[in-house]
Amino acid sequence: GSGFCLMTQQFVRSRESGSAVSRGPIVQFKLSDIGEGIMEVTVKEWYVKEGDKVSQFDSICEVQSDKASVTITSRYDGVIRKLYYDVDATALVGKPLVDIETESGSEVIQEEDVVETPAMAREEHTHQEIKGHKTQATPAVRRLAMENNIKLSEVVGTGKDGRILKEDILNFLAKQTGAILPPTPTPAVTKPPPTTPKPVFTGKDVTEPLKGFHKAMVKTMSAALKIPHFGYCDEVDLSRLVALRAELRSVAEGRGVKLSYMPFFIKAASLGLLHFPILNASVDEGCQNITYKASHNIGLAMDTNQGLLVPNVKNVQLLSVFEIAQELNRLQALGSTGQLGTSDLTGGTFTLSNIGSIGGTYAKPVILPPEVAIGALGKIQVSSKLFQDDQSRNMKISVNVLMQFLRESFRSIFSVSSGAFCRSWSSSVQLVTEGLMEEVEMFYYRSLSE
Amino acid sequence: MSVYVSSVVNADVWFTLNYTRNCSQLRTRTVVSCTAWICGGTAPSGGCRHKLIILRSRSTDVYQNLALEDWIDANVDLQRRGVLLLWRNRPAVVIGRHQNPWTECDLRAMRRVGIPLARRRSGGGTVFHDLGNLNLTFFTSKKAYDRKRNLKVITEALRRVRPGLDVQATDRYDILLNGHYKISGTASRLSRKSSYHHCTLLHSADRSALSAVLRPSCPGIHSNATPSVPSPVANLLDHAPTLQWEELLDGLEQQYSTGTLLLLLASPGSDSTFPGLSRTVAELRSWDWTFGKTPKFSVQTLLDLTDGRSPARSSARLHMEVKNGLMESCELDVPEDWLPRPLSAELMNSLVGERFCPHRAAAAAAALLRTESGERQSRLHNLCDAVVSVMG
Repeated sequence: GSGFCLMTQQFVRSRESGSAVSRGPIVQFKLSDIGEGIMEVTVKEWYVKEGDKVSQFDSICEVQSDKASVTITSRYDGVIRKLYYDVDATALVGKPLVDIETESGSEVIQEEDVVETPAMAREEHTHQEIKGHKTQATPAVRRLAMENNIKLSEVVGTGKDGRILKEDILNFLAKQTGAILPPTPTPAVTKPPPTTPKPVFTGKDVTEPLKGFHKAMVKTMSAALKIPHFGYCDEVDLSRLVALRAELRSVAEGRGVKLSYMPFFIKAASLGLLHFPILNASVDEGCQNITYKASHNIGLAMDTNQGLLVPNVKNVQLLSVFEIAQELNRLQALGSTGQLGTSDLTGGTFTLSNIGSIGGTYAKPVILPPEVAIGALGKIQVSSKLFQDDQSRNMKISVNVLMQFLRESFRSIFSVSSGAFCRSWSSSVQLVTEGLMEEVEMFYYRSLSE
Repeated sequence: MSVYVSSVVNADVWFTLNYTRNCSQLRTRTVVSCTAWICGGTAPSGGCRHKLIILRSRSTDVYQNLALEDWIDANVDLQRRGVLLLWRNRPAVVIGRHQNPWTECDLRAMRRVGIPLARRRSGGGTVFHDLGNLNLTFFTSKKAYDRKRNLKVITEALRRVRPGLDVQATDRYDILLNGHYKISGTASRLSRKSSYHHCTLLHSADRSALSAVLRPSCPGIHSNATPSVPSPVANLLDHAPTLQWEELLDGLEQQYSTGTLLLLLASPGSDSTFPGLSRTVAELRSWDWTFGKTPKFSVQTLLDLTDGRSPARSSARLHMEVKNGLMESCELDVPEDWLPRPLSAELMNSLVGERFCPHRAAAAAAALLRTESGERQSRLHNLCDAVVSVMG
């Protein structure tokens, strides 16, 4: 590795070794400064013994000082040749702790205290268990790479020490798919600069002309049901939500509101749309302009005696889950008596469906123009999973989410993993659930107390 | 537009709940409730701008919370930011990294009332956790490790919420109330580049439960394990009866991070948010970690032998060497007239190499007991019971 070579450059001498087998230079690895002016520690446990091979960052021993437990890790690759202390002995800071025989060269080296060598390239996809070692890409970045089937080794890292950043993955993806990154951020779709970033609800729609390639892709929208769809499917863990709803149900009923899962899903969708406003956009018939809608009017497909209707809940971004539930009850009541009005049935900006299909085939939902996306929820299923420690057995309740959106527009406008929205939606569900569990009074009764 | 995979999220974008809490100072806070963990590594520009993050754990499971500490230590880039984790556990006994559970706590009593034992990664002594005990963990880079500064956050916060409260940090890194009662103890862990310092803060712990379990399981244990230093303790609530839990947490959070706070609620039950966490939880629950990490010790004690059938009494000398939680050697000096030597020797042999654990020992002995009958069996049974009782 590069770090190691740096060391040998400093220490290689030209003298020949006397023995037949050339042995490496033995480095006296000293106990480095622990901080807080501590001068001595007690050795509590050795993780290595003489003759063991060690790699850089492997744990060597555990020492204790004044209620602080410290893991000492190796700075070198090599073989342990000598342990200077027994367990329970007092080790002195600045004095040799172990001797490590490194490769090539031939001297006993008095090693200077720590010059941190740059992080060496290690196996990419594994989450290193070696204490103290951080991988060269964060868990999130690794996941992004894995989802897109990208080998980290193929990506050039531009972060500190060659670390791979999220931008590097996105750039790699863009090159791969030939998709183009958005030229300039649109007003409602801004890249958060270091200081800002809340998605502020301005209440204004923003319309802009569709640029060249967008236009071409979206042209087909004019033919109903011939919208090029792109699907993404994900499984969302609902265990917490189920528990929460069970708790809140009776309270809601006490207030005359029937609480199903849909209000949570709808709120979650709205939270997701804050992050992906393009999914709440609409395109005009001539495919000239794309309008980023400010309100989240989320439609819910309903099977009524008038057939399949999609009334929508207006301004979900302003509503609490309870308020959404109230509104849903109202729409459902109207739907069952055939009394849904035009205002309820128009103005939708995004749709959720928990019915197999809306006019589509093979249980795939179809986007309703002028919307650009639709989310379909499958059946809620219960599966039981035994985790590694068999003392906790979790019931996993999940739902499959199928997102459909305009394929090309999504890919070209975003150049990001299509899973992102689904995952953000799934996180939103968790988020809404968590938010509610913690702040249940705030969310839930806000409308009631005002 | 900046898009993030859900596990790295610019948290203050998700949703902002602006509200003011009922505390002495009105503050606007960004409270984000999310299982999506943020700030892994070097976040790109537009990433989390907060230098100090506060996490409250949603879990009250001691193993999950300890595993969460490990996870934060290993996965968050602490070179550029600090993290304060606030957590509390359902009743549990937590021993330090290099302690001996058999000397520190009464394992039998704990088993009877269902109080689990956990060994943490940091050094220091034994503590009893319950829901009235607040744990604070200050995560920083190794360079920024400073226990005094962290304790100052606590003492300043306490003085702020209750002016006139006499709280002082000592040079042993305890916090004393009224110069006398310990309300906080400290332990820490340093890794290659990062560190964490955690401390307890007694708000309203059950002190009677504490004293019932924090005593040795059995006499006669000699070891070099870190001993605990007992001190008189007190609860904050006893001396500041109106100081509620939320107010305490608020005060601490505001002292830690002045200005806009970033407060996250973490649910360490989910591996998708905290990859690898369940593996750590499993490790922390395991016998090999909890008991097997006990430094070498020896047991030397006198066993009281009785015979159920007659008033005959005797005593036997027991000497065991235990390393890595396993009985390396067992010697039993039983009077020949009580039990023939070969029999007690067989008992000892069956135990060598076994875990120093009453269940394992009882199982080993049970096989032997089946081969005997009558008075010999009764006495052997008695001897086995006495040996097993030493193991907690």
